[in-house]
Amino acid sequence: MRVDQRLIAEMIAPRARVLDVGSGDGTLIDYLYRTRSCDARGIEIDMQNVTQSVAHGLPVMHGDADHDLADYPDGTFDYVVLQRTLQAVERPREVLRQMLRIGRYAIVSFPNFGHWRLRLQLLTTGRMPMTSVWSTPWYTTPNIHPCTIRDFLVLCEEEGYVVQQWLAIDEDGARAPWRRSIRLANLFGEQAMFLLRRAEP
Amino acid sequence: MDISALPIVADGPVHEHRTVRLEGGLDLECGVHLAPLEIAYCTYGTLSPARDNAILVCHALTGDQYLAEQHPLTGKPGWWSRMVGPGLPIDTDRYFVVCSNVLGGCMGTTGPRSVCAENGKAWDSAFPPITMHDIVAAQAKLIDHLGIGRLFAVIGGSMGGMQALTWAADFPDRVFAAMPIATSPFHSAQNIAFNEVSRQAIFADPDWHDGHYRDFDAIPARGLGVARMMAHITYLSEEALSRKFGRRIRHDAATAVPASSSPSLFGEMFEVESYLRHQGSSFVRRFDANSYLTITRAMDYFDLAAEHDGDLANPFRKSQTRFCVVSFSSDWLFPTSQSRLLVRALNRAGANVSFVEIESDRGHDAFLLEEPDFDRTIRGFINGAAEHAALLAGEG
Repeated sequence: MRVDQRLIAEMIAPRARVLDVGSGDGTLIDYLYRTRSCDARGIEIDMQNVTQSVAHGLPVMHGDADHDLADYPDGTFDYVVLQRTLQAVERPREVLRQMLRIGRYAIVSFPNFGHWRLRLQLLTTGRMPMTSVWSTPWYTTPNIHPCTIRDFLVLCEEEGYVVQQWLAIDEDGARAPWRRSIRLANLFGEQAMFLLRRAEP
Repeated sequence: MDISALPIVADGPVHEHRTVRLEGGLDLECGVHLAPLEIAYCTYGTLSPARDNAILVCHALTGDQYLAEQHPLTGKPGWWSRMVGPGLPIDTDRYFVVCSNVLGGCMGTTGPRSVCAENGKAWDSAFPPITMHDIVAAQAKLIDHLGIGRLFAVIGGSMGGMQALTWAADFPDRVFAAMPIATSPFHSAQNIAFNEVSRQAIFADPDWHDGHYRDFDAIPARGLGVARMMAHITYLSEEALSRKFGRRIRHDAATAVPASSSPSLFGEMFEVESYLRHQGSSFVRRFDANSYLTITRAMDYFDLAAEHDGDLANPFRKSQTRFCVVSFSSDWLFPTSQSRLLVRALNRAGANVSFVEIESDRGHDAFLLEEPDFDRTIRGFINGAAEHAALLAGEG
């Protein structure tokens, strides 16, 4: 399991109801089911991954974040997880709204477009930055909605979400030491992970 | 083979099916009380002492209870013998598998060939109209009789999938896991249309005799054969037909046109024609026309949402059943879009649902054929559900 998936798992209480949006090969839901007795389900866009997951006995359905969250009733889950996918969905704001409608908490990770290497590349070469995290050229990238950590925080504030926990993580998914300063995290964190909840009415 | 040249067998070969006779009968949705109720069935594997390892497999329109053994009439292997057996995806070393002939069928379960208790005569075309709920209610009586409270799983393809859904809707506490395969929560207008053509073909047969053909020692073999030929096309796909037959022309001596005679325009010419004619002619030998009419009608009536205030989520609210919906990419009879509608409704109901579309070019019939991804899906879903049920606790 990837290090950032382990960090996500640590945020989730035992026996919780979890929906992993973009569950990939099912590693996280398998882990949550086996080690935390969670009712963990997945939605996955890649049919091969879906078949592989179901063949392993995991409850995974073919679908995607933009179209398949709207069906669930309010509060179906305790946690709704979106790993490294927010930047690739059609309507990130709507996906977040749906996540926090159907779940009490949302756990979101995304690559940070504010990382210094990206800023420097754009400044010095004048071309779209390419790094190991942002590794596809602009004309084929699935990442149609990149954002920085600060962008994301502004959106959370506008939408009235409470940031329960956040952390910056490096390329491999390990926790980076920029815990106190958002400004530093936005400069040096390659990826970010947020635990959100709705503000109390 | 020419259908009209077939031997006419009014009652079919006599074979003792394994049946249970339930004197209490069954109240049908149409109001008729059907008694006694006879259900023909087959079982495989052993029921566990806790009676918690039973899997009910529901057959499709023209299937029957001979799931995993040689068919007594055709001599062919059971219709799902590649899926059900020791060590197979539906593993009879671990599960007790039950398959029964549907109500209205012609392989031993009460149907049009049965005798009406009131007048002592065969029902024939007077057999009351039945619904998917009636079919499932009859199965539930068999499951009661077998002493099984909750089924570990109900699995079925096509019309069998309609039954699996109906089980989950009508008996939510008796179904731990449900696997509706290549099916739909309602019968579409297109599918009703196909069924109607089938029925009209039967009605148009001079041997139909208003459904009382058996009184005339006849069967509407041409009509039923044409119905089967047409239906069979809908079970395949253009790709599968092209691959299997293309435009190939038969060259064997039996059908070759002698040079001396005037060529016949409509003799058997293309291989696909000969294949369909064979499908039609072999079908009429094992299937009863009145059963075909009765069961196709039950499919046409099927619309779970309409019965629940127009919302397909309603019958599944608070359902604890684990669902696995499977569709096939080239199935145009029960297309993936209809499975997706079902999945969305199950999500609205908050049910636990897996959903896989299997990539295949073999059309609707793919669920009966060799599809490794499908096998893995069935095996995995059953194992996952078993693990969840703690059914196999202690086995590691």
